[in-house]
Amino acid sequence: MPQGKKAKLTYEKSSGLDLNVEGFSRDAPVWSPCPPSTLPKDVIGRAQEVGIKLEEGERAGTYFQVDHSVIFRGVQKALEGRAEIISTKEALQKYDWVKDYWWKLLDAAQDGYTALAELQWDQGYLIRIFEGQKIDLPLQACLFISKDNLNQNVHNLIIAEPKSEVQIITGCTIHPSVRRGLHVGVTEFFIKEDAKVTFTMLHNWAQDFDTRSRSAALLEEGATFVSNYVCLRPVKSLQMYSVAHCKGENSRVRFNAVLYGVGNSRLDIGSKVALEGPGGRGEVTTRALASDKAQIHTRGLLVGEREDTKAHLECRGLLLSDDALIYAIPELIAKVKGAELSHEAAVGKIAEDQIRYLMARGFSEEEAQSLIVRGFMDVSILGLPSALEGEIKRMIETTTKRAL
Amino acid sequence: MLKIKGLTVEVAGKRVLRSIDLEISEGEVHVLFGPNGSGKTSLIMSILGFPNYRVVSGEIWFKGVNITGMSIDQRVKLGIGVAFQNPPAVRGVKLGDLLKQLSGGEAEASRLAKSMNLPPEFLEKDLNLGFSGGELKRSEILQVLAQRPDFAIFDEPDSGVDVENLEVVGKAIEDFLAGERAGLLVTHMGHILHYVDVDEAHVLLDGAIACSGRPTQILEQIMREGYRWCERCPRARRPS
Repeated sequence: MPQGKKAKLTYEKSSGLDLNVEGFSRDAPVWSPCPPSTLPKDVIGRAQEVGIKLEEGERAGTYFQVDHSVIFRGVQKALEGRAEIISTKEALQKYDWVKDYWWKLLDAAQDGYTALAELQWDQGYLIRIFEGQKIDLPLQACLFISKDNLNQNVHNLIIAEPKSEVQIITGCTIHPSVRRGLHVGVTEFFIKEDAKVTFTMLHNWAQDFDTRSRSAALLEEGATFVSNYVCLRPVKSLQMYSVAHCKGENSRVRFNAVLYGVGNSRLDIGSKVALEGPGGRGEVTTRALASDKAQIHTRGLLVGEREDTKAHLECRGLLLSDDALIYAIPELIAKVKGAELSHEAAVGKIAEDQIRYLMARGFSEEEAQSLIVRGFMDVSILGLPSALEGEIKRMIETTTKRAL
Repeated sequence: MLKIKGLTVEVAGKRVLRSIDLEISEGEVHVLFGPNGSGKTSLIMSILGFPNYRVVSGEIWFKGVNITGMSIDQRVKLGIGVAFQNPPAVRGVKLGDLLKQLSGGEAEASRLAKSMNLPPEFLEKDLNLGFSGGELKRSEILQVLAQRPDFAIFDEPDSGVDVENLEVVGKAIEDFLAGERAGLLVTHMGHILHYVDVDEAHVLLDGAIACSGRPTQILEQIMREGYRWCERCPRARRPS
């Protein structure tokens, strides 16, 4: 059965839909293509908050989508023939081979949101790094919503050809006037032999906004995938699940997440590492900070299917309020005796003895708390280039300062 | 500089200090002896104002100010510094960053680390996380040196430190306390006294100061007879 038809059936059965999708608007204003630096100031400001750089020369290439319109896509002149960024609608028309990647790792009929992404598909990007190309500057993609209560469904493809190397920054955000809305993101990663992809996604939503994200990655022999996720601002409900299939020999994946739940946010973040080839390695690292009445669920599933595989899951959660909740759900499945899987999870409040200790160094109680929280939200786990790491550090500092 | 008058303290309803009187003047260094569980660390925590150490009666004065009701950081800002015996690990807070904030500069932080025989990469470590016994002591002393308090307390700076580093630790404390600064050393075995000159010694038994006197004389007696002798000593003071 074609994906569209299967998706339709799933959608009609409303399977896995926990939101009233019909309540969101599909009527998006049309934005004409333009250089992103000429976008309205408030759009640029918000994009910058999720790591998007609009000055010439700061990024190797850019994809910028506002609502359902692609306003910019392309790489720097010097990179033409080495990397490509186009919209997925354009890609499917332009290249016959794209269909060999489309819905190959995820099933449109998997749940109501993947079905929605298929049935009411609003672009998304294809990023392709050509064989043997190592791109020094990061490539970036911004998925922006400008209108209140809009539904945006994107489907992205990332293809790293053999021996290529790239850093990708994706920022998803909304206009300051947007209160409600639904963003659905589907992303499929193909990381071929000895290629390396570092993918860093930053989200910045609003207290009444909903987000659903599904992604899957296929790693070939010797491939490396580092997936970073940062969410520091309120959201009504955010549900995200990412799977990495370490199929090729000696492929390795790292999932890192730095989460800060504020207000009434509900975050449900899950990662699965499937060690399907010999020598596969996986690591899942999560830092979750919950204040106010926020609830954070962090799920991690490690599956050892082959011998000589190894994966570790680490989740640390810190509660800043009695009304907040962190639920860590680590799962390990070993199917053969040579699979070595482990996990450690620690969830709790800031230890009083640590606060007192820092106060005994002359810090006030508030200063001591803020030192501990900043230390806890350790972004060095993301292994980012120093400029981006510095930016995220600053974001965390301003956000946590507000909370304490 | 420090004046403690009739201090009685409880922790979770249990009396840990009884009618302590102690006065340490400018430029003086005192040493506090006592068996395990005698209340040495309780006295330090009470001077610092840790909230679970409840003052039942008595007062603590520092530089002419009654600090009995003050918060920990207020007391520290007045000029008290403590090298702890068992500090907690603080994940994500780098020792070097803390030292920079305390000493006001990266150069000073590195200089201090070097003086304590700690390599520069040690400053990149999370505070007290996975430190060995000797590293803990040196890191604690390092932080106090960076704070430059007028009155410094060192809780068992010699326990768990190897011979080579005992000299480093001892000399650092001696140099720091030379001059106008005042200090209180807490020691179980007295090794540190090979390096640091002290003016007066006190023996703490069951939460009370049992005797005070010349450090060498008291240490020799303890070394010879152990604390059991102190417990039987006819001259020991015993509060009711």
